[in-house]
Amino acid sequence: MATPVPSPPDPAPPRLELRGICKRFPGVVVNDGVDLAVRAGEIHALLGENGAGKSTLMKIVHGVLAADAGTILWEGRPVRIGSPGEARRLGIGMVFQHFALFESLTVAENVALGLETRETVEALSTRVRAVSDGYGLAIQPDRHVHELSVGERQRVEIIRCLLGAPKLIILDEPTSVLAPNEALALFDVLRRLRDEGCSILYISHKLDEIRRVCDRASVLRGGRLVATVDPRQESARSLARLMIGVEPPDLTERRRTEEDGVGPLLEVAGLDLDRDDPRGTDLRDVSLAVRGGEILGLAGVAGNGQNALMRALSGERRVSRPDTIRIGGTAAGLLGPRARRDLGLAVVPEERLGQGAVPDLTLADNALLSAYRHGGLVRRGLVRHGRARHFAGRVMETFNVIARGHGAEARSLSGGNLQKFIIGREILQQPRVLVAAHPTWGVDAGSAAAIHQALVDLRDQGAAILVISQDLDELYTLSDRIAVIASGRVSESRPTHTVTAEDIGVLMGGLFDDGKVAQAGGGPAHVA
Amino acid sequence: MEGLDGLVALLVAMIRAATPLTLAAVGELVAEKSGVLNLGVEGMMLVGAVAAFATAVATGSLALALLVALLAGMTMALIFGTLTLGLMSNQVATGLALTIVGVGLSAFIGKDFIGIPISGLGPVHIPGLFELPLVGPVLFAQDPLVYASLALTAAVSWVLYRTRAGLVIRAIGENHDAAHALGYPVLVIRLLCVLFGGAMAGLGGAYLSLAYTPMWVESMTAGRGWIALALVVFATWKPGRVLLGAYLFGGVTIVQLHAQGAGLAVSSHILSMLPYLATIVVLVLISRDRARIRLNAPSCIGKPFKAVR
Amino acid sequence: MWPRLEARPERSRVMVYLTPLVAAGLTMLAGLILFAALGQDPVRALWAFFVAPLTTAFGWAELVVKATPLVLCALGLAVGFRGNVWNIGAEGQLILGAIFAGGLALWAGEASVPWLLPAMVVAGILGGMAWAAIPALLRTRFNANEILVSLMLTYVAELLLGYLVHGPWRDPGGFNFPESALFGPSALLPALVEGTRLHAGALFALAAVAAVWVLLMRAFIGFQVTVIGLAPRAGGYAGFSQTRVIWLGLMCGGGLAGLAGMVEVAGPIGQLHPQISPGYGFTAIIVAFLGRLHPVGILLAGLFMALTYLGGDTLQIELGLPRAVTGVFQGLTLFFLLASDVLIHHRIRFGRRVNPARGGA
Repeated sequence: MATPVPSPPDPAPPRLELRGICKRFPGVVVNDGVDLAVRAGEIHALLGENGAGKSTLMKIVHGVLAADAGTILWEGRPVRIGSPGEARRLGIGMVFQHFALFESLTVAENVALGLETRETVEALSTRVRAVSDGYGLAIQPDRHVHELSVGERQRVEIIRCLLGAPKLIILDEPTSVLAPNEALALFDVLRRLRDEGCSILYISHKLDEIRRVCDRASVLRGGRLVATVDPRQESARSLARLMIGVEPPDLTERRRTEEDGVGPLLEVAGLDLDRDDPRGTDLRDVSLAVRGGEILGLAGVAGNGQNALMRALSGERRVSRPDTIRIGGTAAGLLGPRARRDLGLAVVPEERLGQGAVPDLTLADNALLSAYRHGGLVRRGLVRHGRARHFAGRVMETFNVIARGHGAEARSLSGGNLQKFIIGREILQQPRVLVAAHPTWGVDAGSAAAIHQALVDLRDQGAAILVISQDLDELYTLSDRIAVIASGRVSESRPTHTVTAEDIGVLMGGLFDDGKVAQAGGGPAHVA
Repeated sequence: MEGLDGLVALLVAMIRAATPLTLAAVGELVAEKSGVLNLGVEGMMLVGAVAAFATAVATGSLALALLVALLAGMTMALIFGTLTLGLMSNQVATGLALTIVGVGLSAFIGKDFIGIPISGLGPVHIPGLFELPLVGPVLFAQDPLVYASLALTAAVSWVLYRTRAGLVIRAIGENHDAAHALGYPVLVIRLLCVLFGGAMAGLGGAYLSLAYTPMWVESMTAGRGWIALALVVFATWKPGRVLLGAYLFGGVTIVQLHAQGAGLAVSSHILSMLPYLATIVVLVLISRDRARIRLNAPSCIGKPFKAVR
Repeated sequence: MWPRLEARPERSRVMVYLTPLVAAGLTMLAGLILFAALGQDPVRALWAFFVAPLTTAFGWAELVVKATPLVLCALGLAVGFRGNVWNIGAEGQLILGAIFAGGLALWAGEASVPWLLPAMVVAGILGGMAWAAIPALLRTRFNANEILVSLMLTYVAELLLGYLVHGPWRDPGGFNFPESALFGPSALLPALVEGTRLHAGALFALAAVAAVWVLLMRAFIGFQVTVIGLAPRAGGYAGFSQTRVIWLGLMCGGGLAGLAGMVEVAGPIGQLHPQISPGYGFTAIIVAFLGRLHPVGILLAGLFMALTYLGGDTLQIELGLPRAVTGVFQGLTLFFLLASDVLIHHRIRFGRRVNPARGGA
């Protein structure tokens, strides 16, 4: 466990100091001469939008990546960190954003893999229990990771980290997968660790939580360090300005829709769907309705059935009764994706590369991927490649997609540009109903704003839009109404302005208005 | 008593028929546990078989022949590992290539060894245990490679599930990105597992040309490498069940041979189809339970890994 | 100073076309070394292997005769491989095509039946399809791996052919050899050039190249195959059916391999016997990859691989080397191709990274 250290006076060298760190990948400079100092016993935020170079910098500190230039000092001494093992020996622990966990192994085995120890898994289990009790991180060492909720998985990562007795813990976007109440519990743990003398490097782009828990904040923009500030002295707006470099963009004023104007274009009634993957989630009695000219936001922590719901809505999985899902009033439960598209449905899937787009195919081919029912791109079983290229060009032009041309491979585009292409491809097919999952996840601020604007414009043209997202800020910006998905159930939707973040947190915990408690412990991915 | 002797002969033959499958399948299991699918087992076995036979003819030393077979299998596996792990080539295509090369190369090397007789591996009686009724002559009067196949299966099972090295291998097969992030040398460990698979396939081939039928015949493995691959799936990647599966197949092979020998009124061609058809049936029975396959199969199997540094 | 690989942002189009040539070149280089190691004059041996067969018109005709079944099988395999359907049982499907077509020919005997050849074509295709339908069904219904099933069925097909020519279909006047009677004249493909073995089957191969080109490069179903092969989840999202792609891949593979079997027995062989194919169905796997799963590429690769068969024969006759050298060359070509394919997605960089952060302490 972390050794308690008395509050450090200023003259002591910082625990970790980076000087002039540079890292290039082919074609991009990710870190450009970054200087950073983390003191003992402080929670230090590393702030920056997606693509600013935060994760790369932390991988360098953790020995996963090697810097091209620059020096790392640990407690005043220059060190080389050649591998995560060396980082661990120095006392640097890391909690990954996409957890470095092994699903088919038990909690104790996962912990053992993160430590250099000769201990048996049994002996380790005892220590895991001790730490989990000590910090209030309830976890059973003999459970398999694939049975755990996302929040529990994060606890496994943290416990694995703590057992290495770290002096510095790096957390990469730790709350991006947590329900608000889980995040609050995490903050308590972090504060306790800090008070015990452990340094914490907290990577995030969420301004509110940084202002709430961090002692200092360093801001990265375009790979460079632009400022180190006291976040408690800053406003969310001033931090945003530092992070983006310009005033954060505002959405154009949205048109309020009349409650009883248009009938629902997308309707789900009493949808039950058993998981078809042992690691999936069952959907239970899911009902929702989205009217034309309205955006419904569906909030929830990943792994609570969003994936199953997406597949049920898109038609990749048929449901048992036709009228469980209605698109534009037509019973569509038994229809496949193709027939549902003919009813006016468009879908933006969770994963950009590999689902929304084929990485190795050109943008013209990727336009064909979902738009083959549109504008005569296919005639008598033959593809009209000229038209596909033209359509791809139109998407790129309309949505300002930066790429070499319609012949560029999807994988060569940045995340933001590819997402603009996918959303553009769907919107140009003039859908009556659009279902979009995590539309701006991992997308740079400029593209995110453009995507939000495009969704709002589509709504204003009368389409019904369902946005599934983990990002509450996004949902508050976009949605007319908000509902919550947890453990495969969906709550009643409510007008956005009547829902507080606390309400959503309670709902995400699985506690619904009707008093059904899915499972204690917050945001469980599986119902036992 | 005659019935008992017949049973003993049948069981002894079954174990002998199962041994090359056990060796090759247990080796492939380790490679697959680390996340590498090597479809070149048949090729590695053939090269092992011909290398062992040529060495035995040239030197008269069976021990040396086994060693050479082991190294020959590893050399083939090294080619596979270099291509798939170092150059990120498609594992399915590379494995097929390995088999095609193995068939051609073994035929090429073996050309001069067709029809040469050797005295193969003989049985070693284990004193004290051999005298046990039934079990003694079946289990304790076998040749050394049979004992080795049993010991190696137990050892692999122990290493995979009881040691840290095994934990790391399983972890790498499950999620190579996470293993890399924790600092494990994914490619090195995978290469070692692939080499182990090659060594075992080489031994399996050597068993055929030194013990099972001590001679060299072109393509003498007759699909056993592929059956070994099917056994790994059948066993849902568990070493103990590989042994069970191999003995089951040994049984089918021997029953079929005995039926031929007993002059059953069915063409020997039709009877010889049995092991292959049995493989298909077994594969279907296991694979239809998709959830079980998904839970047991190493998640990273067949996927290339590229570390960014 | 180690060379290292650096990922390219996009595939190199140049390398897509260049690496098969690199592979062919490296195979020849390896041939030089191999022959030298065997104590032969490497240049003379290489000449005998790759050039001598093409110095006569007869040689060219033989080249086409050997390339025909390779191209047919490889075209069918390519449809499957593009969709990640690993049918490696073309050899068995070829044998079944030969059995179906040959059975028809034996039934007709010496009688002159005008519709016999077309019927044999259909029977051959159906025979191959029927054999490929088994892995297709077992994969789509029971999730059974098509690699293993199609391969096991190849052994079964060989045994089935052996059973037939040893048993019911053995030529009664054939001195007990395991072979069928010779086919009647109306069951034989007409020769294209008199005095050679070049027969009309080559035209089938050319027609198949055109048909598969349309299927893969122009038809929407071909696009679906490509998408499912590259990114199955994107295929699911787009509403493309994996089951359909599996069936299509195996039916094309089986049908064309069956046609190849028919072409062999109705062309150069003219009867059924246990060794109707010197492993065409397996070599076709190499042809498909070497041809980049593209119909035109497969045509060229098929000719190159056919040359290795002729070269093996020449070497055996002229230098007394075992014919198995053909198999070694074929496998090496595929190895070199797979190895050089790394250049499509990567480039090689020399020189060390400047890296003071790691040399700091």
